[in-house]
Amino acid sequence: MKKEGKHTLHPDKWIDLYADYLYNFTIAKVSKQEVSKDLVQETFFAGLKSMKSFEGKASERTWLISILKRKIIDYYRKINSNKGKAEVRMNFYSDGENEGDWLEERVPQTWGSDADKKMENEELGNALNNCIEKLPEKYAMVFKMKTLQDFSTEQICKDLGISSSNLWVIIHRARTQLRRCLEDNWFVK
Amino acid sequence: MFKFKITCDQATTICDKSQYGKASFFEILRLKIHFVRCKFCALYSKQNNRMSRILKTNTRKDAICSMTKEEKEAIRTAFEKKTSIN
Repeated sequence: MKKEGKHTLHPDKWIDLYADYLYNFTIAKVSKQEVSKDLVQETFFAGLKSMKSFEGKASERTWLISILKRKIIDYYRKINSNKGKAEVRMNFYSDGENEGDWLEERVPQTWGSDADKKMENEELGNALNNCIEKLPEKYAMVFKMKTLQDFSTEQICKDLGISSSNLWVIIHRARTQLRRCLEDNWFVK
Repeated sequence: MFKFKITCDQATTICDKSQYGKASFFEILRLKIHFVRCKFCALYSKQNNRMSRILKTNTRKDAICSMTKEEKEAIRTAFEKKTSIN
């Protein structure tokens, strides 16, 4: 790519130059290999289709990423609209005089004594990873971006097209669900 | 008027925000007051902190990964088909 003047597009080199970069960018957010692969492919196709609208202001890679970001938002919207299918079980009363209180059967249980802290090892990390994988996809996506990849709130909201209050609700649901999953699968037998 | 009383749902939400350093001073204050009368949320908070610690140290970070050669070739074939049409 030239430093001066306008950038140009070379679709014949896209796959060699950017396939891995775009794939990594996608899998960090989507985490499903099959989906990531499809999104990368769609991005290349879309790039090809809209080559005429490329103005040469940004580099080829930046331009492709901007297309990919739109594809990720579209994907997120799609899974987000599949309501009910993967809804998280509630932990709190949603109405009545106890609204907002812990549901009796969902109340946190003690996780064993301090001696167990030694158990904060790889195995427990793996148990937690398994629990993350069990989260509904839309929650897992936001939770991972925020917690494991340290994206800023603003960035995630921008990338996924959600509001910040929406983001915190999702994080909250993901965390209460994870806590519960760890408790069921690890601490309380 | 400033409301000190919060529900467990709100308390745990504040606790979750605070895991990322995003809870305000007043939110933390309300949370601490809530803990006095709610041992469940206090326990939740303790476990939540522990979970954050585990996440920081033990979970696998997404390593650099790439597509397999075959996968890339599949995209390439599909892509070349498109270019030849255009």
